[in-house]
Amino acid sequence: MSSLIAQLITRKNAPVVKAQLPTFLVNFLHAVLLPTIGILVFLLFWSVAANNIDTSLGKFPDPAAVAAQVGNLYDEHMESRAKEQAFYERQEKRNAARMAKDPNYVAKIRAYTGKETFVDQIFTSLITVMSGFLLAAVIAIPLGIAIGLSKALNTACNPIIQIFKPVSPLAWLPLVTMVVSALYVSDEPMFAKSFVVSMITVTLCCLWPMVINTSVGVASLNSDWVNVSRVLRLPALKHVQKIVLPASVPAIFTGMRLSLGIAWMVLIAAEMLAQNPGLGKFVWDEFQNGSSQSLSRIMTAVIVIGLIGFALDRTMLQLQRVLSWDKTTQVR
Amino acid sequence: MKDPLLNISKIDMVFPTPKGDFTALKEVDLKINKGEFISLIGHSGCGKSTVLNVVAGLYQATKGGVLLNGREVNQPGPERAVVFQNHSLLPWLTAYENVELAVKQVFAKSKSAAEMKEWIEYNLKLVHMDHAMHKRPDEISGGMKQRVGIARALAMQPEVLLMDEPFGALDALTRAHMQDSLMEIQDELNNTVIMITHDVDEAVLLSDRIVMMTNGPAATIGEILDVKLERPRDRLALAEDPLYNQYRSAVLTFLYEKQRKVEEIGSAAKADVKSSEKKQAESA
Ligand SMILES: Nc1ncnc2c1ncn2[C@@H]1O[C@H](COP(=O)(O)OP(=O)(O)OP(=O)(O)O)[C@@H](O)[C@H]1O
Ligand SMILES: [Mg+2]
Repeated sequence: MSSLIAQLITRKNAPVVKAQLPTFLVNFLHAVLLPTIGILVFLLFWSVAANNIDTSLGKFPDPAAVAAQVGNLYDEHMESRAKEQAFYERQEKRNAARMAKDPNYVAKIRAYTGKETFVDQIFTSLITVMSGFLLAAVIAIPLGIAIGLSKALNTACNPIIQIFKPVSPLAWLPLVTMVVSALYVSDEPMFAKSFVVSMITVTLCCLWPMVINTSVGVASLNSDWVNVSRVLRLPALKHVQKIVLPASVPAIFTGMRLSLGIAWMVLIAAEMLAQNPGLGKFVWDEFQNGSSQSLSRIMTAVIVIGLIGFALDRTMLQLQRVLSWDKTTQVR
Repeated sequence: MKDPLLNISKIDMVFPTPKGDFTALKEVDLKINKGEFISLIGHSGCGKSTVLNVVAGLYQATKGGVLLNGREVNQPGPERAVVFQNHSLLPWLTAYENVELAVKQVFAKSKSAAEMKEWIEYNLKLVHMDHAMHKRPDEISGGMKQRVGIARALAMQPEVLLMDEPFGALDALTRAHMQDSLMEIQDELNNTVIMITHDVDEAVLLSDRIVMMTNGPAATIGEILDVKLERPRDRLALAEDPLYNQYRSAVLTFLYEKQRKVEEIGSAAKADVKSSEKKQAESA
């Protein structure tokens, strides 16, 4: 097998043979075969390394252990769902029975309070990261446009942006937690406090790349386009709407992609530190748990986190391809 | 004599630079009648674009001013439409939408939606771009982009059409096509035009008057040549016309004898060598 691969690779580099290879084959080689080889080699290294690392919780999980754990975590999720359903059915029956005895009885409905499964945590994290990211975009894009348009505003805001940009999310977290606890008080909160804390932390961290990219995009507006706008005497609002905004779409998207990547990293860390529901909490709980399964469950989480981060980035890229006029943007 | 449409009255242009003030233009004075086609010619960096930008209102003259129909202009406006050197179409809009942006702005009150559509299509047809109206700038060739840029300017129905080296970036063949198209359009619309060019043949072929500028700094108008060739003009027939050749050599004489740039070109070349030597040293 590996000799066949080696042959294919050397053939591809030999110009004489390459000329004879049909294009679709070359494309196939590039798009499918090479990444597959990369992954296989990685898996090989991983399993060799894993079998040589002993920890206090047993051997480091190898690919097979992770694969088994994926099935395991899914089964646990389905089990939990079944329990939840059974719980609600029992409750309904009980309430119906009491209502039959006593017509004045007001039925109490209790929510199911089982432990969140891995799948639940994935969705929690996804919802949190998207909310934090969207909130940041809603603030950052108009702010970036304003800063890009006005030199004075730029000079005024620049120091603040430069100081806050490198701050780690973990430094924000205690402050955000305290402030949310103090200010977000209602008897029936629409969102859980932990969700709000995670979301705001994400927002604070992905605000800056978007503000900076948007403002740079706006400020480096092609002067010819500005002149077109001046010759047409476009009113200020129309100038922004028809020239500035579309012209900075590529820069805005670059900022958004950067921010989403940061947001996802920040969120996992914040969830771990603050014990807020999500994938980060899953990892932390497993670590504290310290069973023989823990490491393989954590490793599964690590891979899932990576896959989701990758998927988020590709989604942004696809969105950019569809929405942006600049089709020359490098795809990497 | 009747009043000129456009009166460029003794303008000076001084740019503040880090090394002190730089006088780009000194006492540039020119009167242009309605329907005239004027070419501005001169060596690179003498200040042609600066003159055009002052007329367009994109720059404010330091001294003197520009009068259009006897009224001073000091900000840009669609009655002085500009065709920029590098087309400057908005890349996120199609050819049609680029022209539409201008038409909607200029004729918002005077034309109905249907009339505007008709007017946009008429102008695109005029520059032979009706077949690719709904393509974006990155889907059409350089010459086609320049055509759309011209259509956009024409669609504003300007009193003066300002063109800054409109065909400078095109290959010779496409440029000849564009010149013929422009003459055709000019026959039909009889616009007042100021065009900057580097190309002596282009200047003689298209213009009623050729305005030759001296070298900067403090550039001004050196000579003005009246081109009294019959219209419509045909480039092939003109090649053998003695009058045409006489005009041509007059411009060439001005540019290459009276306003030679030997010194600067020499020093520029030296600077080039120096910088490339530096680069080599850096990369080594
Ligand atoms: N905004 C500016 N600030 C400072 N100097 C300027 C500015 N614009 C132009 N200049 C200077 O004024 C002179 C004339 O420039 P201009 O662009 O008008 O030349 P040009 O004749 O159009 O040249 P080209 O044929 O290369 O386009 C140049 O020396 C240039 O460096
Ligand atoms: Mg110029």
